[in-house]
Amino acid sequence: MYRYIVKRLLLAVPTLAGAAALVFLLLRAIPGDVCVIRLGAGGTHVDPASVAACHHQLGLDQPMIVQFLAYLWHTFTFDFGISMWSGNRVIEEIALRLPISMEVAVMATVIAVLLAVPLGTISALKEGTMLDHVVRVLAIAGIATPSFWLGIMSMILVLNVSSAWTGRPWLPPIDYVSPFQDPIRNLSMVLLPAITVGYRYSAVTMRITRSAMLEVLREDYIRTARAKGLLEQIVVNRHALKNALLPVVTLIGIEFAFLIGGLVITEQVFNLNGIGRLLVQAVQNQDNVLVQALVMLVVVIFIVTNLVIDVLYAWLDPRIRYS
Amino acid sequence: MYLRKELWAAGLALAASLAVAPANAEEPKHGGTLTYLIPADAPPSFDAHRETTYATIHTAAPYYSVLIRVPPDNPASTTEFVCDLCTEMPTPTDGGKTYTFKIRQGVKWHDGSTLTAQDVATSWQYIVKPPKGVTSARQSYYEMVDSVAAPDDSTVVFKLKYATTAFLPALADPYTWIYKKDILEKDPHWYEKNIMGSGPFKLVKYEVGQSITGERNKDYYHKGKPYLDGIIGIFADKQSVRVDALRADRASIEFRGLPPSARDQLVKELGNKVWVQDSDWNCGNILTPNHQKKPFDDARVRKALALAIDQWHGAPALAKIANVRTVGGIVFPGSPLAATKEELEKIPGFWPDIEKSRAEAKKLLKEAGAEGLKFELLNRNVDQPYKFVGTWVIGEWKKIGLNVEQKVVPTGPWFSNMRAGTFDVAMEANCQSVVNPVLDTGKYLPHKVYPENYGYYDDQKSIDLYEAMQKETDPKKQREAMRAYENHTLAEEMHEIVLPYWYRIILGRSEVKGFKISPSHYLNQDLSSIWLDK
Repeated sequence: MYRYIVKRLLLAVPTLAGAAALVFLLLRAIPGDVCVIRLGAGGTHVDPASVAACHHQLGLDQPMIVQFLAYLWHTFTFDFGISMWSGNRVIEEIALRLPISMEVAVMATVIAVLLAVPLGTISALKEGTMLDHVVRVLAIAGIATPSFWLGIMSMILVLNVSSAWTGRPWLPPIDYVSPFQDPIRNLSMVLLPAITVGYRYSAVTMRITRSAMLEVLREDYIRTARAKGLLEQIVVNRHALKNALLPVVTLIGIEFAFLIGGLVITEQVFNLNGIGRLLVQAVQNQDNVLVQALVMLVVVIFIVTNLVIDVLYAWLDPRIRYS
Repeated sequence: MYLRKELWAAGLALAASLAVAPANAEEPKHGGTLTYLIPADAPPSFDAHRETTYATIHTAAPYYSVLIRVPPDNPASTTEFVCDLCTEMPTPTDGGKTYTFKIRQGVKWHDGSTLTAQDVATSWQYIVKPPKGVTSARQSYYEMVDSVAAPDDSTVVFKLKYATTAFLPALADPYTWIYKKDILEKDPHWYEKNIMGSGPFKLVKYEVGQSITGERNKDYYHKGKPYLDGIIGIFADKQSVRVDALRADRASIEFRGLPPSARDQLVKELGNKVWVQDSDWNCGNILTPNHQKKPFDDARVRKALALAIDQWHGAPALAKIANVRTVGGIVFPGSPLAATKEELEKIPGFWPDIEKSRAEAKKLLKEAGAEGLKFELLNRNVDQPYKFVGTWVIGEWKKIGLNVEQKVVPTGPWFSNMRAGTFDVAMEANCQSVVNPVLDTGKYLPHKVYPENYGYYDDQKSIDLYEAMQKETDPKKQREAMRAYENHTLAEEMHEIVLPYWYRIILGRSEVKGFKISPSHYLNQDLSSIWLDK
């Protein structure tokens, strides 16, 4: 197993290098200039001398190959360089936002798993019943509803309901406070986005859980277990669910990785200062150094998540061995 | 039904707007913390000398002083300037070429040290002639300045190369924060990441992309001010977040401007819990035909583009959905140098009879062989008001048989297309802070003297007319010179098409008092006059 993990980690190096080269080249293909945006976005006069000085300061007057080598060096030394927009170290910019995105992602994942696995399992066990239909409608509605729309609607709902009940419209805080500083305020800010994201996430997972369970429940070994007179609870929990969880775990892992950098609109809707919002700002500002670092962060998260999923496979299904 | 709703909302807005008037006459109360929204991401830096975004102003202006400014109690004035750090506005000597400012004594920096004229002079030297490696975004505004010096600790002297009416408004620019000499000389980039001024508030904490918190500066030199104990600015770049936050009282005000739809919604929902103030905005969209591309090198085609647009009827209609309202020429409508309605109506594109105007446009297109012309309008991916105005203009052009496609791109490609000249007609904006017509109209000069003119035309007459106007100090003659420059730019050559000026709408919770709207979201942002009626 350890050899397998080491091998996978080594294989990640060319993947990262490929991703690094690709993102560098793609960003250079986009027209635009961080200095011009910075100095002229307000519609005011942009002094060409100031633009030239800005290019020099950011190293944009260097040949492309020099910029690329500097970028590679920064990436592989985990330095990531300096943001072209704010002048802060990229690692600091990310460190400030990552906990917020992680918090929402973890909460959304917990909500999704708590909803999806039991409901998906019940739906499979009660196939064709009213309960199954209700769960399926719930799941399809979740898949069909974009989470940002749900976010906006949930904000409006909270505003209107609080206004109707108390006469004063209420909204969760829009300025982030760490859970260690004020857990209640933190929770009231993060809960709504976590629920809206978690619902969509659970809907997809619910569908996969249901279909995987249905497939497993039709397997011979399940029939054998039942024929042996095992309790239904043991058949479902020990024999069916554990095996059905293989594709579910894959999905949960991929969705979690996606959530770290992918909550672009949800973070904007709820004014969360997370990685997704940072990525949008960096793209808008053409802060290529920051975009590169964020993309590489997402790539690393995907690589690590996939590795964790593969390791989990072996635990869930003893037939899988990586020796 | 819809019209009735709109009228009702507009009526409420007007009532709320009027309701603020007596409130301003009340005795200000001390205390409380103002939570306000900054409609932007975190600013790129805190250094106002190098930045041009309002995000820097709205974030850090309350922590700094300036030499002179627009009057905080009358920020809508386009001609009046008052001292902030100086003791009285000087009368220029040496034929209008020397301005001597006396600096207040006993002003304290937030670190407790004393501010002197040396700090003021050094800050201005860095703005006017920055040392190598230092960026001063508005350096070109101060081309008339020959030298800045502090002969002693209480005097600052500006010597100009030539007398010009553009100097005082330029001096009142809200980005000209006074920095501490010792810090600037030790590290000219220090102010990019740090805040240390002498303004009405002292920095407490800054959380990147989230909020900035300040507390009352007890040593502030304008006695009795600021009224607030503290301020919290929350960054919220999404309009829906800001509207919801105002509605739920998570924040009390935002200072850039809301669109009419948001104003109507909030006024309808909150009634007398909010007030509204509005004003013409010293920003406007302009259409720039690319003179390097055929057939836009032909003045007849450019004129036809202008003649097709019904500004007088279009502006009020557009004002219901977009942040635009007043029709104007190249000068901000509130300025004494601006064209009157009668003067404007003589310029093609502003004729009152739109049928006659469009008939002339069709005739000109026919003469130029450009009937049914197809082209692209390059526009910026910003809703208010760029895309609204762009869509309206295309509709107007269709009425003379033009077939125009709107190419909406993010800010980066928008700039790069204009800079590379790879566009047919571009929707631009000319957005300024202090109303300074002499400098503001530099935008209409040819590219070779004003690199941010993207029309790519050469026109020596335009340069000559501008220079004559710039150096004229007699108000009447300067106004005539401005008309000559405007007529040449618009009526004769139609280098650019000036569209209705933007309209600024500020909505605040009713407890916020002391705010007075100005024609720019860059002005009057030190928040020292604001108080809370709680």
